[in-house]
Amino acid sequence: MRILALGVVAVLLAGCGGAGESGDSAAGVRNETAGVTDTSVLIGTHQPLTGPAAPGYATISKGAQAVYSYVNDGGGIHGRKIDYRVEDDGYNPTRTVEVVKKLVLQDKVFALVGGLGTPTHSKVVDFLTAEGVPDVLVSSGALAWDDPQGSPMTFGFQVDYTREAKILGTHIAEAMPGRKVGVLHQNDDVGRDGMAGLDRVIKDAIVSRQPYDPANADVLPQLTALRQSGAEVVVCECVPAFTALAILTAARLGYKPQFVVSSIGADVTTLTGLLADFGKRAGAEVSVPALLSGMVGAGYLPDVDSDDPWTTLFKEIHAKYIPDVALTDTVVFGMAQAYTFAQALKEAGRDLTRSKLLAAFESGKLEGPGMTPFAFSGESHAGYTGAYVFTVDSEVRTNVVREPMVTDRGDGPVTPAPSSRKTPAEVALVG
Amino acid sequence: MPALVRHLLWALLALVLVVALSLVIDPFTNVRLASVGYYLLAVAGLTVLTGLTGQVSLGHGAFLFLGAYTVGLLVIHAPALPIWVDLLAAAAVSGIAGALTGAAAARLHGPYLAGATLALAVGLPAVTQRFPELLGGSNGLGFTVSSLPPGLVGVVPTTRWQAWVVWATALLALVVLANLTTGPLGRQMRAVRDDEVSAALAGVRVGRTKVLAFLISAVCGGLAGGLQAFLLGTAAPGSFTPALSLALLAAVVLGGTGSLWGALWGAVALVYLQAGAEEFAHGFDLPTDVANFLPQAVYGVVLIVVVLVLPNGVHGVLRKFSRRRKESTV
Amino acid sequence: MPDLLTLAMGGLTNGAVYAALGLALVIIFRATRVVNFAQPALALVCAYLAFTVNRATGGYWLGLLVALVAGAVLGALTERLLIRPLRSRGNELAPVIVTLGLLLVLQAVCGMIWSAEPRSFPYAFDFRGAFSPASVFVVVTVVVVAGAVLLLFGATPLGLRLRAAALRPDVAGLLGVRVGLMLTIGWVLAAVVGALAGVLAAPPFLSPTVLDTVFVYALTAAVIGGLDNPVGTILGGFVLGVALSFVSGLLGPELVTLAALAVLVLVLSLRPHGLFGSSVARRV
Repeated sequence: MRILALGVVAVLLAGCGGAGESGDSAAGVRNETAGVTDTSVLIGTHQPLTGPAAPGYATISKGAQAVYSYVNDGGGIHGRKIDYRVEDDGYNPTRTVEVVKKLVLQDKVFALVGGLGTPTHSKVVDFLTAEGVPDVLVSSGALAWDDPQGSPMTFGFQVDYTREAKILGTHIAEAMPGRKVGVLHQNDDVGRDGMAGLDRVIKDAIVSRQPYDPANADVLPQLTALRQSGAEVVVCECVPAFTALAILTAARLGYKPQFVVSSIGADVTTLTGLLADFGKRAGAEVSVPALLSGMVGAGYLPDVDSDDPWTTLFKEIHAKYIPDVALTDTVVFGMAQAYTFAQALKEAGRDLTRSKLLAAFESGKLEGPGMTPFAFSGESHAGYTGAYVFTVDSEVRTNVVREPMVTDRGDGPVTPAPSSRKTPAEVALVG
Repeated sequence: MPALVRHLLWALLALVLVVALSLVIDPFTNVRLASVGYYLLAVAGLTVLTGLTGQVSLGHGAFLFLGAYTVGLLVIHAPALPIWVDLLAAAAVSGIAGALTGAAAARLHGPYLAGATLALAVGLPAVTQRFPELLGGSNGLGFTVSSLPPGLVGVVPTTRWQAWVVWATALLALVVLANLTTGPLGRQMRAVRDDEVSAALAGVRVGRTKVLAFLISAVCGGLAGGLQAFLLGTAAPGSFTPALSLALLAAVVLGGTGSLWGALWGAVALVYLQAGAEEFAHGFDLPTDVANFLPQAVYGVVLIVVVLVLPNGVHGVLRKFSRRRKESTV
Repeated sequence: MPDLLTLAMGGLTNGAVYAALGLALVIIFRATRVVNFAQPALALVCAYLAFTVNRATGGYWLGLLVALVAGAVLGALTERLLIRPLRSRGNELAPVIVTLGLLLVLQAVCGMIWSAEPRSFPYAFDFRGAFSPASVFVVVTVVVVAGAVLLLFGATPLGLRLRAAALRPDVAGLLGVRVGLMLTIGWVLAAVVGALAGVLAAPPFLSPTVLDTVFVYALTAAVIGGLDNPVGTILGGFVLGVALSFVSGLLGPELVTLAALAVLVLVLSLRPHGLFGSSVARRV
């Protein structure tokens, strides 16, 4: 018994401090050149490659890898080849923490690039801050990444859900005045932050808010409720599979609202693939053109259909490195993200350090694939600051109806974005 | 030598070994070492329930869920409490839930119990969606647990300290577990597993034994979940899917049903099988889709092969081995 | 006031799928006293094969046929290679873990071949309308198949042998029933029904984990109805489908899994062997 008592006392003594009281947090970069050699730089990411979230996201890292291969074949950045290590976390936060600790403590990556997901990535930001590891271009539109004081290592990438919803709300208010609006939203920050943006602009027009759970593919109850509320416009703060489910379910109910879809769910190539088979058996009224034409969507990266110079480059890379993977917005997302990171590496200079990488991000010199500027500066770590609005025509081609707009995440106005941006030739990443 | 002293000595020896090991391995391997520790506790608890008492539970992840959220909520909302209080609370909350589950499940048998516990694992994490303000919705809770005594800051690396705390807690719980299961309660549990009717005739209170088994295994599960939260700083519904519950049950069988030693092999398998399979998959120049799914396939094949080839799990093989060696030396 | 009729009809279609997959579980449980956790993955492989055939031919029915045949083959292989070696062991856990392992392997193989991306999978008929031709097809197919299975078990010599082999293998063997063959036939039958359930459950999108939820509710339906009672399971499936649709529509979609748990706890606390299960403990 005495030994037991001793053991207990030892444990008690061990944990005498409050578990939730934070010690002195030594924020700041550590191990400046971890993962860097003269000929290579090692970076890592966590992605859902398997499991329930893999559909829709698993191709991001394929697009990113294609760009890194392209850069490496062109001689790398300042002579360094980019070694991109993708860890599968299955969208499970526990595994995210494990694989990120592995990347940082064991593999000793230089930076974490494009870690995917809010529930997952939010659990490693504090760790990366404490370890002084750059955590750039997070693949999530949550607002949390923009906190230069609390998490100085972390930078966002895609336009946040609030900014984007403000722009979509503005479009609804101006192009569809007086119409009743319903919202179908994912029951997490995608939906919550998105609704916050809508509420800033068109709160009074919203007649119904229906959450869906990504684990439950039956959205019939939600669409039934939206129809009953009399909503003429349905804003979909959804991932692509649920945009497609919502459109199909509306068709099933004979309900024909105007769909307005946030950028994460408005990937027309993916939607076309998902909806392709239904017209064949149920007639032309549910063919892809019939289902998608008129849909309004938001985007912040160049459209796959456009003749934007960036699209041309991405198509070349796609054809050379990953011809078997369909060129969707998701793949373009991975490509744009990888390109932006490579650009930051170049900007950081030949003597690469973590501090120089962070400085490159905060320099405000990164311009590129996206249609609106990054907010990156010493004061803001938010990614793209706005989006454009498009509609889908009867041939399932996208047409921009509202040129790129920018705004903030608060009550600021929605204004046109600067019209000029660098082309791939001007960035001159390789060659 | 009384059983308690013997078990305590074993635990002390194990702790010394763990501490020694933690000194020679790198910081990340210490994370893995600590993960083995909390999985060991969870699997050991399930071994008592499923291996000893014969109650197949497919929902043990629910108790880890409760433990992790208890620690998370206390760390966030009662930051002044030391971690050992948080862990005790996790054990208590989970124990109460276990007793309730046991009471509800006492009359159930075989697949009915399996179905009900699976529904528990699927259903319980959904409460986070019902109370998003408190429980964080699908994002769950993120927090940092600081437990390093002030005198050790800068002396002992965090991950090494975490491994010590996890293993000390787990071993202490295992001592209690070993004592309970080698005593009269353990005999009653085996009697219930082998034949409920005979057990009842022999004076064993079957219902009470089952509820106790659930209670004990839930306390272990809650502690394990609490330790996981302590180690990784996260409690989110996406971590406590039915896949976790099924993996725990698989670990019980892999290690060897009904033995606490088996729980150790099961826990090692849980941590290293996935990691090893990923390294294996990265080692070849495979198409991405194949590489992505290879670890899962390897895990499945291992489960099948172990059950078909080693009916008593890894521990069964080791025991047979050591017995043979003893016989040959005699 | 929510549109209760639409909710009910939607729930009925979902419930039909739970009933079909639940029926597959029950057939196997009756034959070999095993809960087949690989059931959703067996069905998944069949659905993916149907998908590939559909893509190649542009039709629907050939794909369905291929799925059913594939189901039969997979069922037979599973029983012969994985389940039979465990029969003599009398260990309740071993088949659970083996079928779980098979689930992981088959899901992984599907991911390797068809990737994790969702694939669009067509309905048999026009899916539009509260009670569309596609929904009617699902419900009617499941009811007809369930009826046929019941007839087979209850009114044919083969059914008698199947039941005898499952309940009293020793006696059946003495009377000349080829017990091993009967058990294999049971698995084949179940896997074919499961394959049908997979093809019916797949639309609109197919991905490696899409049938997991269906399986959880199918098992719930089987447990509610009584694992050795096909009629109870089919009723359980339909009732569960409608109930969950109402919960989702009236109370909120986040409560669906909790509601399933509540129903299960309620039913099992009143009837530990399901509503229609036999309470005689039979150990084979």
